[in-house]
Amino acid sequence: MAAHRCSYIAVLLSFCGLSLFIVAGSQKTTLPVGEHAAANGNPQTGTETAEQTTEPPAVEEELWEATEVEGATPDDAATDTPDTSTQESVVLSPVAQPKDDFQEELVIRPLPSGDIYASFQFRTLWETDFRVSHYRLFPKSLGQVISKFSVRELHISFTQGYWRTMQWGQPFQSSPPGAELWVWFQDSVTDVDSTWKELTNVLSGIFCASLNFIDSTNTVQPSASFKPLGIGNVTDHRFLRYATLPREIVCTENLTPWKKLLPCGSKAGLAVLLKSEKLFYSSFHSQAVHIRPVCRDQDCKTTSWELRQTLNVVFDLHTCAQGKREWSLFKMFSRTLTEACPLASSSKIYIDITDNPQGEQFELSPATSLLSQAVVLGDRRTFSVYDLTQRITFGTVHSLNLLIRWKSSEGHTLRPLLHAERYVAGYGLHVGEIHTVMYNNHPYRSFPVMLLELVPWYLRLYIHTLTVTSKGKENTPSYIHYQPSKDRVRPHLLEMLVQLPPNSVTEVTMQFERALLKWTEYTPDPNHGFYVGSSVISSLVPSIVAMDTNITLEQPLFSSFFPCKEESSFFVRVYTEPLLVNLPTPDFSMPYNVICLTCTVVAVGYGSLYNLLTRSFQIEEPSPGLAKRIANIIRKMRGVPPL
Amino acid sequence: MAAPLTVLLILSVTIRAALYRSSLADFIAERVEVVSPLTDWKRVVEGLALLDLGVSPYSGDVFHETPLIIYLFHFVVDYAEMTFMLLVLFQFRKQKFALEADCYPLDCLELIRSPKEMYYIPLKVAMFYLLNPFTILSCVAKSTCGLNNAVIALFILSTIKGNVLLSAIFLSLATYQSIYPLTLCAPALLYLMQRKYIPVNFQRVSFWWFIAQYAFMYLGSLFVIIGLSFFLLGSWDYLQSVYGFILSVPDLTPNIGLFWYFFAEMFEHFRLFFLCVFQINVFFYTIPLSIKLKEHPVFLMFMQLAVISIFKSYPTVGDIALYLAFIPVWSHLHRFLRNIFLVTCVLVVCSALFPVLWHLWIYAGSANSNFYYAITLLFNVAQILLMSDYFYAFLRREHHLSYGLYLKKINGSEATLVLK
Repeated sequence: MAAHRCSYIAVLLSFCGLSLFIVAGSQKTTLPVGEHAAANGNPQTGTETAEQTTEPPAVEEELWEATEVEGATPDDAATDTPDTSTQESVVLSPVAQPKDDFQEELVIRPLPSGDIYASFQFRTLWETDFRVSHYRLFPKSLGQVISKFSVRELHISFTQGYWRTMQWGQPFQSSPPGAELWVWFQDSVTDVDSTWKELTNVLSGIFCASLNFIDSTNTVQPSASFKPLGIGNVTDHRFLRYATLPREIVCTENLTPWKKLLPCGSKAGLAVLLKSEKLFYSSFHSQAVHIRPVCRDQDCKTTSWELRQTLNVVFDLHTCAQGKREWSLFKMFSRTLTEACPLASSSKIYIDITDNPQGEQFELSPATSLLSQAVVLGDRRTFSVYDLTQRITFGTVHSLNLLIRWKSSEGHTLRPLLHAERYVAGYGLHVGEIHTVMYNNHPYRSFPVMLLELVPWYLRLYIHTLTVTSKGKENTPSYIHYQPSKDRVRPHLLEMLVQLPPNSVTEVTMQFERALLKWTEYTPDPNHGFYVGSSVISSLVPSIVAMDTNITLEQPLFSSFFPCKEESSFFVRVYTEPLLVNLPTPDFSMPYNVICLTCTVVAVGYGSLYNLLTRSFQIEEPSPGLAKRIANIIRKMRGVPPL
Repeated sequence: MAAPLTVLLILSVTIRAALYRSSLADFIAERVEVVSPLTDWKRVVEGLALLDLGVSPYSGDVFHETPLIIYLFHFVVDYAEMTFMLLVLFQFRKQKFALEADCYPLDCLELIRSPKEMYYIPLKVAMFYLLNPFTILSCVAKSTCGLNNAVIALFILSTIKGNVLLSAIFLSLATYQSIYPLTLCAPALLYLMQRKYIPVNFQRVSFWWFIAQYAFMYLGSLFVIIGLSFFLLGSWDYLQSVYGFILSVPDLTPNIGLFWYFFAEMFEHFRLFFLCVFQINVFFYTIPLSIKLKEHPVFLMFMQLAVISIFKSYPTVGDIALYLAFIPVWSHLHRFLRNIFLVTCVLVVCSALFPVLWHLWIYAGSANSNFYYAITLLFNVAQILLMSDYFYAFLRREHHLSYGLYLKKINGSEATLVLK
């Protein structure tokens, strides 16, 4: 049995993929390059940076294909070649001072539901180890945080709304509703918990968010779900902290400090589109900051810090366009683009036209000659590209206002390979059951998923009621990591590795009991209910097309976030809905009454026992009448014996 | 004697088995009146599941049983039926103690019980315990309260039989299960000294010597049990998880006691103060009651059990059933009880109202927590009245035993007796 357990854990680790990526990365640092390349089929797995590559620009030309306009190819190559060659010179020249580099990108994807998905990606790379005090592109506030708290990796996201995987497919970077923060600390940190506490308070100040509500009751250390995304060979989860605040409301005050971290702010470049009055008038809004160390070059001897700021937003077409099936940058963001950020080395807009190869679905104007293909989320997608660093992109009016006009109204249906949902079953305020339903829509491949459930202590989970069923049969998880809760100290953490059979629905159920809290522990609106954060499903999903494992290639930013180890699968993280659970409440208006009444009952007990303990039985002498008593008093004054 | 007892036993087992097999069993097992966080069978199963997962059951806040219990159940978890039979068996043992219970001398012409009455008392005790709906519910819910009661019953039995060693061992087991039975050491000591004709006198060496002997046996067995638990688990976590849980009352799940709503509504800076007051309250009555009742240790034991079951932090109906089983022993006090009818009515009505108001609060949403709280208050007041009424009747009977039943005043007219 123990051997089985071991092998399951081995399977788990191998499937978790990211850990392998780290192993590969560490191998790379030890092996000589030539020998490694000879020994290994895909030598570039461990490296992360696309920019500092010494790959010839010919690779670039493979990616960029001009299918519509012949004249575009030389133009495209001419524009890209100097860019890459300057980067080459950056790498090859002896590094006198730390170099930094900034890229920005906007991806627009018309979703099958008819909505518009816009994803902003900003990346700042800095070749430094934070021993310098001069900051250029990298925001100083975050740099100081990283060096002060010995952070190795930091991922924070603020999300308003829920990403509907069933209708929208997979986002480029997924995030749960509310705030999510996970941090890997350097292994030099001795007291991780207090560092984490300080860090959350500092971040709460930086992002104007309620991250200071992160404490031990909503922090966990997942053992397998959150592996480092950057390089590094420490996978001891003692240095990992993960917390979510599902109730966090994201609004303008979080967006402003986020925009301030950009080198150009919201003054120039793509960030001028980020106007809060439009961004928050949307179905889904998510902004994130990811900081991680990445390889500086192919050998991965030295590391750079990567700051990736992403902002994903889904606009409801019908509310945006007042009923017309037409969409433009101006309608969405009430701004048009006039220039790229001058500090950016690349600034591009990608529009997903995979579903529209011949222009039968929608019409795009102004038309562009540049096309690009990228493998993203297991699928090869075609994009129209607008390079904002070129003056020609802005045309004669010196302004770019992309316009999409739909021709047909029917969208195709979508079947995401993996999606999940969650709900609470049962009635009443005593017991209940959490159901997590995971769908594998792959027709013939089964794949394992790592499910993470983070449940607050006031819902007392009963692990013995855990059932996992697929296709009506019991499905035994091959790995379970369960950490029971401690009242008012820490939450429940359940991690399981479940194999999802092909084309199946897997249901995970677990019973819980609602606790009655102290009256001071309820939120100001206790009958609204308590939020339970999303469960996290991390998985390597079988890919339809071969994934690019060679990540030293120049790739669009949106497709290069999760490092990819195998060609046959891609990494996906799916978040379920957060739950809203009602708890029984005491009557908040009567603490005094309760204290008085209960103490009265105790006093009745005490009093009656005291009475019987201290007194003894005596024969009652009936008290004399009033007249007799007065007469006795008078007789006493007179000095004669009483009656 | 044996035949009615057998009939009774068969009857009670049948009732339990029928209920256990019926669809009511799950409903009963979830009743907060029947199971507390300390005695919930579901939590025992959870503890076992955690143990199987390789997680210490005490690392979480779900399991609060003692380590011996978890290892005891580890073997019988699949034979829940057998466990249930075991509990019945223990309960059966309990009735035997009453055979001896009435051996202490009572000599007053009219008030002394006839041997015929005495003869049926064990049967009545067994009936009161085995057919008490509270016991049946708590058995069907598979509450581990039944085990605690069995240990206490064995302690009482061995004390009454005069077995000092067994008495100390069972007392330490009961203390180990939940702290409160510690107060039962006073009646046990008094009873054993009475049997051995050792005078309760602080100047006498024999008195102190006996106390030292008993304390040594008690502490020794407690030490062995605690050490055993430590070696079973390899950590001291359970001390915090079991005794810390009992004393600091972190779980405010509603029950029939006084603690849950009081501490849910308590102001944070007074919590520790009131916690101390309420916990001391349980232990506080031991010394004055022992002084007052030093000649009557069995009645003292009844009083202590009642005090514990009223004022303990997580009471269940099983605890009440334990002291209610003593009531037939005090059948001779019935003529002195003042408000037994009222108290009985209140207890019955409250027991019926518990599930009703729980339903209205938790499921229907048409009542709030105050309704349920009001019923717990009333239920506890009724219990306190019942206890003090028996105490009053006992003291009054003692008085009559010494001064005669029909008291006359000096002038020859009929006297009324008052407490002064």
